[in-house]
Amino acid sequence: MWKKFRESYFLYSFLRDPVAVGSFLILLVLVLLALFAPLLATQNPYDGSAIDILDAEIAPRWISHGKFIFGTDVQGRDIWSTILYGARVSLLIGLGAVALQAVLGIVVGLVSGYKGGKIDSILMRITDVQLSFSSYMVAIFFGAILQTAVGVGGYADIALPFLVFVIGISEWPQYARTVRASVLAEKKKEYVEAARVIGLKPTRIMWRHILPNTLTPVLVISTVQVANAVMSEAALSFLGLGMPANQPSLGSLIKSGFTYVLSGSWWITLFPGLVLVLLVLSINLLGDWLRDFLNPKLYKD
Amino acid sequence: MDTLLDVRNLTVKFALRDSALTAVNNVSFTLNRGERLGLVGESGAGKSVTGFSIINLVSKPGFIADGSVWFDGRDLATLSQEEMRKVRGNRISMIFQDPMMTLNPVLTIGTQMVETVLAHRNVSKAEAEAIAMDKLRKVYINSPEKRLKQYPHEFSGGMRQRIVIAIALLTDPALIIADEPTTALDVTIQAEIMDLLLELCRTEDMGLILITHDLGVVSQVTQKVAVMYAGSIVELGETEQVCSNPQHPYTRGLIAALPEAATGSRLNQIPGSMPNLAEIPVGCAFNNRCELGKGACFTTVPQLERKQSGVFAACHELE
Repeated sequence: MWKKFRESYFLYSFLRDPVAVGSFLILLVLVLLALFAPLLATQNPYDGSAIDILDAEIAPRWISHGKFIFGTDVQGRDIWSTILYGARVSLLIGLGAVALQAVLGIVVGLVSGYKGGKIDSILMRITDVQLSFSSYMVAIFFGAILQTAVGVGGYADIALPFLVFVIGISEWPQYARTVRASVLAEKKKEYVEAARVIGLKPTRIMWRHILPNTLTPVLVISTVQVANAVMSEAALSFLGLGMPANQPSLGSLIKSGFTYVLSGSWWITLFPGLVLVLLVLSINLLGDWLRDFLNPKLYKD
Repeated sequence: MDTLLDVRNLTVKFALRDSALTAVNNVSFTLNRGERLGLVGESGAGKSVTGFSIINLVSKPGFIADGSVWFDGRDLATLSQEEMRKVRGNRISMIFQDPMMTLNPVLTIGTQMVETVLAHRNVSKAEAEAIAMDKLRKVYINSPEKRLKQYPHEFSGGMRQRIVIAIALLTDPALIIADEPTTALDVTIQAEIMDLLLELCRTEDMGLILITHDLGVVSQVTQKVAVMYAGSIVELGETEQVCSNPQHPYTRGLIAALPEAATGSRLNQIPGSMPNLAEIPVGCAFNNRCELGKGACFTTVPQLERKQSGVFAACHELE
């Protein structure tokens, strides 16, 4: 298995593309940092007793010669630690939301494309309606309902699953449309006819025969969608609709420091911002490479 | 001999916005157990649609408008899709033209074969694999246990078609419908595949409906032949008789058009082309291309009748 992978064209073409290798390494580092945040952080930002308000707004080490490498925010939290935990939350929301989008979108797209006719029309109109609401609107709408229902304190506890739900719910039409388009092309092929002639059930033909053949575009949009979901989370948190301030995500960190940028504490916003840019950029560049690699029409020589 | 398949007055139409085109018109034939029938005609004559309508799988907007398909004492044309699925791939298998297209590119052939067995037989996965290997050996694929783990792209065209045949054999069907099984293959492989099909039909006592436009193949493999033109059978009889002594002017034209061994002689052709389904002439569909065409040919549709030579033909001018 490993030998097969090492000799594959996939690896060869990957290693020949410095942009792909570079963005993969950056992404790998960011993911590892987020994954091992509890080990690497100097402070637990969720633990109020570890934070000292007297440490507030200390500049990064190379300026202040303090003990905080990237400085601290207004509450005295270590920026380095909050970034690690924040990247963790952002990635978790990104991946969770994309998983939800993918499940919803693939089911709708597959059924819509395979069944056709009235079912297709109905499902696609629902998709269009969903597309016409921006994710921010959906978030504001559900957020308002939820916050009145469970209270602000209660909201803080379920903010993460809520964001996964909101971003997942509002972006699934991308998947539904992509999958439907591929299914329409695939179902005309003879192997589908052959599967029907063999006497297989429609559900089996859909999931076992057609779906694997439509996964290429799904893989490509998945990378872009993870980046988009991370961005959406950051934007929602920045607007105060996402993660609460005591549970740092990259977006809420940027927001918490934003007010102090002009008063001199630029590091509070800058470092989480840089991490966000690096994260989204590396995912997008990797997605671009994947798209080029998987598209035989775009082979470079 | 007992009858395996009895197609009676089968009519298949394709729905248009406010009318319907008749793709298969009042087709009747029977096939005995273990018998091989050739279905010949030009492109668009309705051969493939006839094949698909036997297993009740005419793709939309086509539908079976009339007639019955008796098989195993049941009329397949009236079975529900659920019941039909138990017949398809089980008692009746189908082989398609292009083996590149009929195997799913992302699944190993083992997966595809096991899946077929499990869809119809109540056996374990290991037993299903054993059946798959047994059938692969029947189509002369070496080391089947290794082959089961491979993907379709790892096989040559001829091997792939043999695998497709093996898949068709998995459930020991009583009838195989082969829709131009060799058209996409090169000539040497064609002969190999046809020999294999013929051998399997004989050893397994399977019925075969061979849909093709190659009269050479038909004469080698089949016992009976039905010649189709514009959706109808125009001539039906023993292959040997039809090929050596064709009755219907269309069949005669077809046989005369075969290239002869002597080089340099001009190829015969039937003047004109087959009418579009929407523009089939009144009376005999062949009347505008026929040298015998007379009064009745332009007014009444000829019925398939037994002619003096012993074959059935649909022509007013033949005795």
